Amino acid sequence: MTALIALFWRDLRRAWGSGALWLPVLFFLLVATAFPFAVGPDAPLLQRAGGGMVWVAALLAALLPIDRLVRPDKEAGLLDQLAVRGFADEVIAAVKIAAHAIGFGLPLLIALFPASALLAQDGGRVEQLATGIAIAIPALASLAVLSAALTANHKGGSAIGGLLILPLAVPMLIFGAGMLDPSGRGAVKLLAAVSLLLTMIGPFAAGAALRGLRE
Amino acid sequence: MSELLRLDNVACIRGDRLLFEGLSLALDRGDALWLRGPNGAGKSSLIRLAAGLLRPAAGTVERRERVALIDEASALDAELPLRRALDFWARVDTVDGHTVDRAMEEMALAPLAEVPVSMLSTGQRKRAAMVRVIASGAPIWLLDEPANGMDDAARAQLVAAIAKHRANGGAVLLASHFALGIPDLAELDMGALA
Repeated sequence: MTALIALFWRDLRRAWGSGALWLPVLFFLLVATAFPFAVGPDAPLLQRAGGGMVWVAALLAALLPIDRLVRPDKEAGLLDQLAVRGFADEVIAAVKIAAHAIGFGLPLLIALFPASALLAQDGGRVEQLATGIAIAIPALASLAVLSAALTANHKGGSAIGGLLILPLAVPMLIFGAGMLDPSGRGAVKLLAAVSLLLTMIGPFAAGAALRGLRE
Repeated sequence: MSELLRLDNVACIRGDRLLFEGLSLALDRGDALWLRGPNGAGKSSLIRLAAGLLRPAAGTVERRERVALIDEASALDAELPLRRALDFWARVDTVDGHTVDRAMEEMALAPLAEVPVSMLSTGQRKRAAMVRVIASGAPIWLLDEPANGMDDAARAQLVAAIAKHRANGGAVLLASHFALGIPDLAELDMGALA
């Protein structure tokens, strides 16, 4: 257990310490800033389209750090050293997902507030957005670690990683943005169900991918 | 059966190439075996098989105790000072700081404790990896080219560490393309197997 906590803190330290973490968050804010310039400062239009835009930006921001989630650890021999010590790949994957969910999810949630303001979202919608994205973060982290593990053997794998994630993330996008629609009452439950499913699958799928890296 | 490590009739295929087959070996407490042979003979693959990182194409691998491994990657976070990078592994292996201190003394790395890993030379990194192996307290050592980049003094420390480990009842499987001058050492010529 001490070992897993040490690994969790190490991943978190590397995420926050290297500055690599602020990049996706900055990207997220950048999209929110650019969008009103592109569609014009029409507040009702921004309000209608902005919620969906926040979701798209969050999803794309989750794809950015894929390159540094697994590949550096593989190249440094860290994953081999952990495997030699008998840690199951699924457990390593679960720790990495947890660290990524906290390391990436918390700043993203904080950045959500200025981003919502830029997109003319009112209080109620900001609340819905924050709820939805908080629900989706474990699943996004799961998908990010999974595709990072799947593409760790390939240089420039993050582009493929994006293609891998996208189809799996689309249901979250639909239900997450659907929450904002007045008729979308059940969407939050469906979003939670999809997120739970992806979060449960994540450690096993990513663990299998980590095992595959050794062959 | 007190063997710490036992390989029975093991075969290894990498890519489409059969590296070796029908290989058996056993390491008892205090044993050391030198895997020698030219590049590509399968020394590293055999080490990885013994570590459980590769699955044998045939045969069985049995480990009765914990394993410590050195391979070409140092697995130390490059941005951290050496001591903190080693402390991470100390926490993973649940050993205390004194054990790391002693291991660092043994490999003469104590003066470099505050130097970032990225500033260390190849030989210094190998010594750091050796510190991790010593500190881990694992009875089975799997050392893949541990002396690469090491100077004469560091090699002498490595040989001394191996001798001490064997005296304490540990076993060592060592892959190296040159002789290290370790006394009382069994040999397996991987080049002759192909």
